[in-house]
Amino acid sequence: MKKILIVLFSCLIFFKSNGFAQVDPLIERVSQKLALVNDYVAEGTMKTDVYFIKASLGKVKVYFKKPNLLKIKKEGGISLLPKGGVSLSINTLLNTKQYNTIQAGTQLINGKILTVLKLIPNDENLDWVISTLWIDPIDALVYKTATTTKENGSYEINLQYGAYAKYGLASKIVFSFNTKDYKLPNGITLEFGDEEVAAKQKLLKNKRGKIEITYNNYTINKGIPNSIL
Amino acid sequence: MWSLISVELYKIFRRPRTYISFGAIAALIIVVQLGLKIDGSAYAAFLMKDINDTLTVDGKILNGYLICYILLQLLLVHVPLLVALIAADMFSGEANLGTLRLLFSTPSSRTKWVFAKFIAASVYTILLLLWLAFLALLVSMWVFGTDDLFLMKSNYVVVIEQKDVLWRYLGAFVFASFSLLTVTSLGFLMSTLSNNSIGPIVGTMSAIVFFTILSTLNIPLYNTIKPYLFTTHMNNWKEFFDIKVNANNEAITGTILNVSKIQSSLWVLTLHIILFLGASVIIIKKKDILS
Repeated sequence: MKKILIVLFSCLIFFKSNGFAQVDPLIERVSQKLALVNDYVAEGTMKTDVYFIKASLGKVKVYFKKPNLLKIKKEGGISLLPKGGVSLSINTLLNTKQYNTIQAGTQLINGKILTVLKLIPNDENLDWVISTLWIDPIDALVYKTATTTKENGSYEINLQYGAYAKYGLASKIVFSFNTKDYKLPNGITLEFGDEEVAAKQKLLKNKRGKIEITYNNYTINKGIPNSIL
Repeated sequence: MWSLISVELYKIFRRPRTYISFGAIAALIIVVQLGLKIDGSAYAAFLMKDINDTLTVDGKILNGYLICYILLQLLLVHVPLLVALIAADMFSGEANLGTLRLLFSTPSSRTKWVFAKFIAASVYTILLLLWLAFLALLVSMWVFGTDDLFLMKSNYVVVIEQKDVLWRYLGAFVFASFSLLTVTSLGFLMSTLSNNSIGPIVGTMSAIVFFTILSTLNIPLYNTIKPYLFTTHMNNWKEFFDIKVNANNEAITGTILNVSKIQSSLWVLTLHIILFLGASVIIIKKKDILS
């Protein structure tokens, strides 16, 4: 009995010192679902909604490879993505395993009662400070995340699911992020006299920016060369 | 009429002065292209400073379309000065050489000579513009490649898909031809008022500089006269590169934000051309040839 107690106590000290975090069973279920996907290539349409940017819808390809390699490429064009925000996908958050979970009750969003969990990283080197996840406890799908980062502000990601829900892959993702002011001196742009436009732009300042990606199809676990990522 | 135009074209393209403008444009464009080819990334990083705080931009920003836009911004302000070199010499040069009397003693009427000279000067202007378009657009596309046009304006950014760009440049160059023909007609008018070339050339250049400054000043006193100055409208080729957005802030491919602004500018420029050319006809018809 004494030996058993010593072994148990030793194990406790070992796990504690190695930073193993408590994992919520619901997070575990989400992770298991995401673990089904080693890599994917998704095709979709991207919409950029930032107050100082006029851009049309663009076709994009999203590449993902475990544990957290993610790349969004616009087909034959220039793509604009929130700085550092896209890489903070659910996979990135959960695959680190370096966090503690705090239950924060439930919330009704779009007719679904979602469990709210807060993740606090216990690795100081991680880019994010805190992340809140809204998870459907029935099908173990994350419908919303709100993440605060060290250097790139805060992000909110809203997700919708369709045909690929069984893999935990969304059919639509909306990234919301804070935008900073944009202004280039007239002397550089050689634009003079457009004060009316400048006044209109001022009214829109500090509006949150959005990037929406609607996925048409996924190609799952077919392998992706590292050169793409 | 064609023979008169041929004579005038021969006179224009026989002079070495004519080719100064072509050489100057080529030199300026090559210098800018070379600079941007070698150190363009630093220039792009400077322009993108504010955007990079919020967004990560992936793609070939510094492509041929953007280089062409930068070149047109720089050059379309200065090309009118080169146009004045020839246009302001059309009658005054003849008067200075004493050949104006000989010209008007031919069976062709003075009005015909005015139109022949104006058309010849316009051909020079259009050729200069085509040379500019060739170097600024086609050579830039060849050297820098193509991608979407990522246009950084003072208060916002416009991203135009590459399939939607070329027709805008075509429109911009057609618009620029109206701008430059206005300058041609002004120089032409000036040339009817003097018996030596220096005065009209300097006069035309001074008028362009003076009115350009007035057009760019944001002083309420001058805002009322700005819409009537041709220099205010000359820069509106840029309107081809602004795009409409729908209620969801999605840019609508193939649209121009302010078509009416382009139309009204074209009308103002055309009216200036008619006014300057009409005044030239009247002056030449009444002119005593004393040289």
